[in-house]
Amino acid sequence: MTLSEFDSFRPAEPARRRRGGKRGPGRRRDNGDGSREMPMVPEPEFTSYYGRPVVKPAPWGDDVAAYLFLGGVAAGSALLGAGGQLTGRPTLRRNARLSALGAVGLGAAALVKDLGRPERFLNMLRTFKVTSPMSVGSWILSAFSAGAGVAAVAEIDRMSGERLPLGPLRGVLRAVEGPAGLEAAVFAGPLAAYTAVLLGDTATPTWNEMHGELPFVFVSSASLASAGLAMVTTPVREAGPARSLALLGVVGDVVAMKIMERGMDPVAAEPLHQGKAGTMLKWSERLVLAGGLGTLLGGRNRAVAAASGLALLAGSALTRFGVFEAGLASAKDPRYTIEPQKRRLAARRAAGVTGDAITTGS
Amino acid sequence: MGQLTGPTDPTADAHWEHNHPRKGFFTDTSICIGCKACEVACKEWNHNPQDGNLELLGSSYDNTGSLGASTWRHVAFIEQGQERIAEARESGRALVSLGMPRIGPPAPPSVADLADADTTPPDTADFRWLMSSDVCKHCTHAGCLDVCPTGALFRTEFGTVVVQDDVCNGCGTCVAGCPFGVIERRSNGTVKVAASREEQHAKHADVPNAGVAQKCTLCYDRLVADETPACAKACPTTSIKFGDHDDMVETAKERVATLHGQGMTEARLYGANENDGVGGTGSVFLLLDEPEVYGLPPDPRVPTADLPKMYRRAGMAVAGMAVAAAVAFLGGRE
Repeated sequence: MTLSEFDSFRPAEPARRRRGGKRGPGRRRDNGDGSREMPMVPEPEFTSYYGRPVVKPAPWGDDVAAYLFLGGVAAGSALLGAGGQLTGRPTLRRNARLSALGAVGLGAAALVKDLGRPERFLNMLRTFKVTSPMSVGSWILSAFSAGAGVAAVAEIDRMSGERLPLGPLRGVLRAVEGPAGLEAAVFAGPLAAYTAVLLGDTATPTWNEMHGELPFVFVSSASLASAGLAMVTTPVREAGPARSLALLGVVGDVVAMKIMERGMDPVAAEPLHQGKAGTMLKWSERLVLAGGLGTLLGGRNRAVAAASGLALLAGSALTRFGVFEAGLASAKDPRYTIEPQKRRLAARRAAGVTGDAITTGS
Repeated sequence: MGQLTGPTDPTADAHWEHNHPRKGFFTDTSICIGCKACEVACKEWNHNPQDGNLELLGSSYDNTGSLGASTWRHVAFIEQGQERIAEARESGRALVSLGMPRIGPPAPPSVADLADADTTPPDTADFRWLMSSDVCKHCTHAGCLDVCPTGALFRTEFGTVVVQDDVCNGCGTCVAGCPFGVIERRSNGTVKVAASREEQHAKHADVPNAGVAQKCTLCYDRLVADETPACAKACPTTSIKFGDHDDMVETAKERVATLHGQGMTEARLYGANENDGVGGTGSVFLLLDEPEVYGLPPDPRVPTADLPKMYRRAGMAVAGMAVAAAVAFLGGRE
């Protein structure tokens, strides 16, 4: 199409990509700065209202992504602490309990900071609503923190040579620290998994598409991250179970992630491979595999164990941040809401189900 | 906990003992003239602050943008040429021939056979301007309400969904939970209407309920006084109708049948089907094109519908984690 005589001086336009071909990060390359002519209707079958998003992204900052990671570390650490307690590994028990309290404390602070009205954080415990993963999670977090807190304070008291001003309560603390450690371990799994339900139970396209498998990714990620932290803090002599847990976590994480991506709508899965989220998830897989390999081959060497542990921690953090960012990105582009919905509606209609559409002719 | 999916009476589901009839809107976009009186009336009645700075958005006459924390009615403007009109007419006709289950009285014969209908557009054949006043859907199964952890969002005796702004702690879960992108957390970066240019750049006045989730209440304060919501009251063409939800659905069905009879096969209803992904909406719309053209999701599904499955999967994952920890400690080599 030639509009003016000067058009012949324009650089050649790249060939239009066809739909259904290979999808890559370069698919939506239009930089929108007017440097090249853009097709007015980029996707023939995709219409939206001036390109504006249909759903709204959760108003959550990086604090929440950090909490996803820290909550996982705390959960796994409580399990390791309880294991150390039951199998007579005092150093692992001490370090894991301290890690659990540290991580859950930081995580809870991050959550409160992210509220629109932080001073009303206690309203989270105003009611118990099973339909609200956030409500269920707040109760899990509270129950977990109580046990993890008591267990960790007992360790701090021991480390400080019984200098905490506890008075007669010291006896009570000694008596309840064991049960408290176990109580935290009971709530550890739910603490690691509920955040996956929290993300899955949203209208954010990419998160919602993940809802079946994300819990498995998150508990695996929590396991390998907490095991990684224990490998950093604890001498190799007592860190055997941490190494095993790390390996199980790595296998679970990689496998669950692959299965999850395969089950997702290809368009809704796109944000996992694009932009910031894509980079983070790519590196998270690399770091998790590297950390797993290091644990397997050199886990009995203190330095290698610590380095592997750090790689696992970083990998887990990147998994959480990557999933988090991918969801926010999917909510900001109407394509991720409209295309999968149109496709599933068409599929239902093709299968003869016509009674459940929101749009009706009569 | 009430029903998570399917047709239900939301008021009874929320355990209201005295059943007021469910209230709702029917927004007939075929007679909307885009005057935005609804937007203004809503802002005034609800004391909603200005949404961001005044700017031209380059989207026809829509300079509001979208529904949000401080915009509870939003008039969409879409300009379409002949081709799009033909497409809309075709997609509307396809909907009718799908054989949707009919509820209520049988439709007049003119609807049944649309093949012979006169498809000559009544007016503007080569250009049309779609205008539609969007609002909170007050879903039968409301995603925002389901996921709210504090109980700040609740189901009123009129079957609507309302935020208690003195309870909400601004966690933002509802924002992600809404399949229509309606509810939003109000930031305090908004400004108040300025009387002069100097004032416009002055320090912004305090915004009420900053940091708290906000959305249309279907004028709950007016409903309890037996008044019509501000937007419906202000609508000069009765494009926004308010009344008992059942009546609204019936009116909508009659109206779409009338339009079909006039050859406007592009007319279709949105939200009138109680078997859809949100159990039907409290605010029913008559649209003249596909929903996504108006910025509405084509197949919304309340995320909580899948919650039992999610909890089951999470339970399996928790068990897996516990087993992994047990194996790590018991099956270890040292």
